[in-house]
Amino acid sequence: MGYPHEPHPKETVLLSKYFGEQQTRTYDGWVERGGYKTLKMALSMDRQHIIDEVKESGLRGRGGAGFPAGVKWNFMPKERSGPHYLCCNADESEPGTFKDREIMRWTPHALIEGCAITQYAIQAEVCYIYIRGEFTEAIGIMERALAEAYDHGVLGQNAMGSGHQIDMFVHRGAGAYICGEETALMNSIEGKRGNPRIKPPFPATRGLFGMPTTINNVETLAAVPHIIERGSSWYKALSLSNPKSTGTKLFSVCGQVQKPGNYEVVMGFPLKELIYDLCGGMHRGRTLKACIPGGSSVPILNRDEAEACLLDYEGAQQVGTMLGSGGVIVFDDSADMVYQIMQLTHFYAHESCAQCTQCREGTAWITRILRRILAGEGESGDLGLLLELSEHLTGRTICPLADSCAAPVVSGINKFRDEFEAYIKGAKPATAAAV
Amino acid sequence: MHQKTEYQPVFTGDQRRKLDEILTRYPNKQAALLPALWMVQDTHGWISQAAMAEVAEVLDLTAAHVEGVATFYTMFHKHPVGEHFIQVCTTSPCNVCGAEDVVAAFLQHTGCDELGATSPDGKFTVLEVECLGACGFATPVLIDDDFIDGVTPDMVPELVARYR
Repeated sequence: MGYPHEPHPKETVLLSKYFGEQQTRTYDGWVERGGYKTLKMALSMDRQHIIDEVKESGLRGRGGAGFPAGVKWNFMPKERSGPHYLCCNADESEPGTFKDREIMRWTPHALIEGCAITQYAIQAEVCYIYIRGEFTEAIGIMERALAEAYDHGVLGQNAMGSGHQIDMFVHRGAGAYICGEETALMNSIEGKRGNPRIKPPFPATRGLFGMPTTINNVETLAAVPHIIERGSSWYKALSLSNPKSTGTKLFSVCGQVQKPGNYEVVMGFPLKELIYDLCGGMHRGRTLKACIPGGSSVPILNRDEAEACLLDYEGAQQVGTMLGSGGVIVFDDSADMVYQIMQLTHFYAHESCAQCTQCREGTAWITRILRRILAGEGESGDLGLLLELSEHLTGRTICPLADSCAAPVVSGINKFRDEFEAYIKGAKPATAAAV
Repeated sequence: MHQKTEYQPVFTGDQRRKLDEILTRYPNKQAALLPALWMVQDTHGWISQAAMAEVAEVLDLTAAHVEGVATFYTMFHKHPVGEHFIQVCTTSPCNVCGAEDVVAAFLQHTGCDELGATSPDGKFTVLEVECLGACGFATPVLIDDDFIDGVTPDMVPELVARYR
């Protein structure tokens, strides 16, 4: 299972081309494969030209929000009045998502190259790669790759002999999903609790240490060298459905499917083909019941919706969900949706930073009510209560964690109401709900 | 549990030099707080009040700020744990692949009575954790700093024996 797997003919491998190759982890291995040439070239290019290329390419944030990367970079002040920062968001913690981990584990220098080009473009001398604390292997690999990059003069005061300072450090998290939210991530680097900040001010105005800052996801940054090397028109042409969604995307497929793993396809690829062809379909004798296509924070799809879903930002929206981080969680007909939704709300209750009352209380109440239903003690008004609580969680807090908790609850009740009712009416025996 | 011996400071000699190097990465001392807390935990296995006071002193912070931060992040242990700390992912994608059976196997083979409790021989503490970010490799388990993919209940006895 997982990696390394031979790419499926329907995959388009840019970011995952070297997944599974040990040598790519070293500086020499990366240079042998043409690595750091694009950085060298970029360091002599006009900064605005790089930003414009990325803007033109249509590259959108791969962490979940899908915001155009070049537009974000363009928010950075052009005149420097102090340090600028780049933060690479490697706090990958969205349930169902495990793509950034593989980029760091197999191609650490690809990420370094992408970060360095971005730093040059936005005039940020320092980049912090914020990696979640649990990713011990990825942290070790990134740190070794950074040390090698410094040894070979790729990074430092005079990066690649360009005269530009490019420094890059790993900052290890310590177990907090919320630190993947960009303002919480900045607080965490600053040595504070990971509480999200109110926006505005936006990071490009007042970010890390109060200075202009750009935060990009690992996968977004790793795509940058490809765009600079081959041009925005080439990248833009990688699009199967809607021209607003371009490039390739890594989809992390997990759950009840034959061949889970990371699959890289062009935007607009059908979810149905991803599940049934690339991943080998469902386990023997099982059928698809539900799918969460963009990490646990997006609405759940039923079978019909999943089979009709095209994997790009607009395609996901069309079937009432979001592309999110591309973490595809697959459930077959043996899955107890009430139990699984409780597992997800438990996750959000556990990970709430507890700053906003609605989130701190609401995520815990929802989980408690779901447990009550599973324990066979549900009441007739419980589903209405869950929907009401979910409404109070949506759009009323500093960050979207609360909204993320509401998404599986609302979509779950709407699409699998009979499973909830079976517990409440006593038609289904109580489940010993895990604490 | 309380510390039986006098607190041994972490930030002396090589460790102090390592912290000084880390401090050069940031524009202020506070930003080195998470790295400093990691160094404490790597040395002592957990982060005591005395350790928080030491960190506060070396970074010019209040002990209250350090405690506020140390208690926010779940990977920092605020009390002693077993010699080997076992974290099993039980979030939904792993859950549907049988993660709860993996947890049960770890509890049984380590002799831990319950989640979060340390085994009578002091060797192990087992915890269920939220998403470890390796959902396609269910069930991922983190034993100390070793990230192990694709753990099934039948692999558990051998894994426990390896660390015992």
